[in-house]
Amino acid sequence: MKPNLHRRNVVKKILSDRNDLLVVAGLGSTSWDITAAGDSPLSFPVWGAMGQAAMIGLGLALARPERRVLVVTGDGEMLMGLGALATIGVQRPANLTVVVIDNERYGETGMQATHTAHGVDLAAAAKACGFRDSRKISNENEIESLHSMIHKRKGPSFAQIKVVAEKLPLVLPPHDGQLLKARFRRALLGPGAESQNSAEVLPKKL
Amino acid sequence: MQPDWPAEVHRELVAAGVRLVGYVPDAGHKRLIELCQADAAMRAIVLTTEEEGIGLAAGAWLGGEKTALLMQSSGVGNLINALGMVKVCRFPLVMVVTMRGEQGEFNPWQVPMGEATARVLETMGVAVRQAGEAQVVAAHVRAALARAYEAQGAEAVLVAQRVVGIKSFEEQANQ
Repeated sequence: MKPNLHRRNVVKKILSDRNDLLVVAGLGSTSWDITAAGDSPLSFPVWGAMGQAAMIGLGLALARPERRVLVVTGDGEMLMGLGALATIGVQRPANLTVVVIDNERYGETGMQATHTAHGVDLAAAAKACGFRDSRKISNENEIESLHSMIHKRKGPSFAQIKVVAEKLPLVLPPHDGQLLKARFRRALLGPGAESQNSAEVLPKKL
Repeated sequence: MQPDWPAEVHRELVAAGVRLVGYVPDAGHKRLIELCQADAAMRAIVLTTEEEGIGLAAGAWLGGEKTALLMQSSGVGNLINALGMVKVCRFPLVMVVTMRGEQGEFNPWQVPMGEATARVLETMGVAVRQAGEAQVVAAHVRAALARAYEAQGAEAVLVAQRVVGIKSFEEQANQ
């Protein structure tokens, strides 16, 4: 069955009424997708470190258990860090959802087929690694159900969304890594974030 | 008597407010891992590869938590590309690396990465502190934690193989 979902629509829908959701996007197209849906200081688009998006999400979810965390990444990026599914499955953070936008292609490098084009089943891998809920999604109605998965239900949750392989105009987030880090921390932790964390390790007499 | 460096390092982690510790096991880290696991205020996170620790540390810092990563020198080779993110974002990073491929090595396949560990880290912008004696490990870790979290630096403390002192496969298996 050929997919009929379009990635930009899917991501826009997932991020509509995101409220205080913390979002990490993987290297490549998913970073452009979340930016097309509307840039936010509480989004951390990763411009490198391919394979680390889900782990960044895990670190964030463990650091802020009272907040909901969403990782949006591509099939190629997820495949490079498949071990992260096992690591997340062991930690089982209730507030983490990983969504893979699966076009079965390496979209930034010439649309070469990824392993998912050959039948590798990421949703089954996540389930086998201990994710509480794992789904493969290919139609519009199922997208609606993701809202409660991301915002309410006990995780860790995983969704592999099959989308059309298409080349789209780039919508780029800021690429200054220090800016992306600082704006995220300020928005999440408040204006004193940097100095508070420094003070803890300074000797008392200073 | 040798100082109990794993207990000293654990105390430094506690004092600095580190609550998330990512690790890929090494025989040289056995006791420190156990101390972190036994500490109810800490979460010890087993990783499938050292590289995952970089994502973990970055995400935790975005959320306001401090981390430390424990690994052996061969694992440093698995970090290289992910360290680019640490450098470009200036994420604070503290790693305690037990050395292989040095004096007392019993597996020649450990030697090439052991020889390259410090250079690989420095090439990727990580400051290296060499702990050649058990007495200095904790002080190096304290300094690394301070610099990482005061100045947003990436830091590695390399614990010499003679400090760990395991001399054979049998000894490693039976410890």
